[in-house]
Amino acid sequence: MADTPDSTPDDTLVPALRVSAWSPGEDVIEVTRNPKPGAARSAWRTFRETARGMRTTFARLGEEPSTVQYPEEKVPVYPRFRGRHKLHRFEDTGLEKCVGCSLCAAACPADCIRVVAAENTPDNRVSAGERYAAVYEINLSRCIFCGYCEVACPFDAITMGHDYELSDYTRDDLIFTKEMLLAEPLERTPLRNEDE
Amino acid sequence: MSAVTPIAVVGYYEPWWIQIIKSIVIFAVGLQLVPIVLIAERKLLGRFQGRYGPNRVGPYGALQPLADILKLLTKEQFRPTTSVGFLFALAPTISILTAVAAFAIIPFGNTQDIFGTKVGLYGVDVSIGPLYLFAFGAVAFYGIMLGGWSSGSKYSFLGAMRGAAQLISYEVSQGLALVGVVITAQTLSLTGIVTAQKGMWYFIPQLAGFLIFLVAGFAETNRAPFDLTEADAELVGGYNTEFGGGRFASYYFAEYLNVLVVSGIVTTVFLGGWLLPFGIHPPGWVDPIVVLAKMSLVTFLFIWVRATLPRLRYDQLMSFGWKVLLPLATLNALVTAIVVVAVH
Repeated sequence: MADTPDSTPDDTLVPALRVSAWSPGEDVIEVTRNPKPGAARSAWRTFRETARGMRTTFARLGEEPSTVQYPEEKVPVYPRFRGRHKLHRFEDTGLEKCVGCSLCAAACPADCIRVVAAENTPDNRVSAGERYAAVYEINLSRCIFCGYCEVACPFDAITMGHDYELSDYTRDDLIFTKEMLLAEPLERTPLRNEDE
Repeated sequence: MSAVTPIAVVGYYEPWWIQIIKSIVIFAVGLQLVPIVLIAERKLLGRFQGRYGPNRVGPYGALQPLADILKLLTKEQFRPTTSVGFLFALAPTISILTAVAAFAIIPFGNTQDIFGTKVGLYGVDVSIGPLYLFAFGAVAFYGIMLGGWSSGSKYSFLGAMRGAAQLISYEVSQGLALVGVVITAQTLSLTGIVTAQKGMWYFIPQLAGFLIFLVAGFAETNRAPFDLTEADAELVGGYNTEFGGGRFASYYFAEYLNVLVVSGIVTTVFLGGWLLPFGIHPPGWVDPIVVLAKMSLVTFLFIWVRATLPRLRYDQLMSFGWKVLLPLATLNALVTAIVVVAVH
């Protein structure tokens, strides 16, 4: 190892010291510090603060835990919560609202909706429009629950429901078909009341 | 009197068969107390933090320790390739052995007449009570040290090193805190110390010693706020990082048994053992209940402190041990000695 000479000899330091310090002017804030406590006072302070902490934790013992016991108790969702999708029918005629226009599939950023349209015939009328969705699948393992499909739909045929318990054992089971989306969902999720 | 004479001088000893029964009973009691402390700690910590704690296994989660132990015992005995096999297996055994051995001297009651035989409600009444305790406390340090070192992992080693430094630092203060009591009681036998507290429990005249012993006891058992040996944020898991299954369970068991031992010693030495205040003299069978009640109070304090105080920094731990606790303990012993001499 070469002996490196001191890069800042004393004569270069001296001019730097002569530079007058920057004056903060009017912006000076006087900081007052408490005098450093002596041994006895600091010991007392430590003891007092420890006791305060102990009292704080002890007070928690008398309180109810704030835990939500999840599978039994559920946190209610807000009305606009975006959960699993629902497909809708007209209540009076029972026809599907979806006309198979594929706008939802086009709007989907995750590309998880697959729509195959087919023509309605007089003896097989499925939807109110000219065409209907012969295949309507949502791959919920890809869905990001953004709600764009709901916004894109011109007939309010697809909406986001409140169901969020969607885990399953295989990926295939997470591809929801038209029948599953049309079926009346099990309302497993409590809805939040107005004042909650 | 039995023909079998103990090697050391003891306050009172029974025929050999009573000693065997006693040792089994006390070990069984200790073995049952540990899961109770375990579940109590987890439930209480939960409540201290505004949650329930374990409540799924059994009624109110009461079978959680059983489930934990079953899980640990059915796990694979894993050993790192860099470890020293013999010591790796031996270290948890040392920890558990010393904890159980220390548990033997805690008196749960005075000598009682049971079916016409005189039986002391304690493992053994050694005439060197606190010294026996500190001897096994010093051996317990090998359990941690060897366990950490033989793991062949730097985290374990660091944890073990911290544990070693901490145990050595605080054992001195702990010993000196007891000196005051020993001087006042003029005996080293733990049953003798309890009977000497008939007038007044020692935590009143020996308040400083009591507090010092408690603080050092937290450090000795490696419990919060002195749990630097297993500072999980820095050391993964400390000296027991590489241990799993039954060996980890042994360390865990030893830790909680040590908490019980310190609670028992505090109860015996400072809180009057089986004595009750206001001159109440219950029948002899109440004594163990009184001792266990006092022990659970001290154990509650352990859990309470764990729920409250954050972990100390390593240099704070060392400077507190050597610069504060040790001078205070020395001063306490000196003042007590002077007062005792002046009074007599």
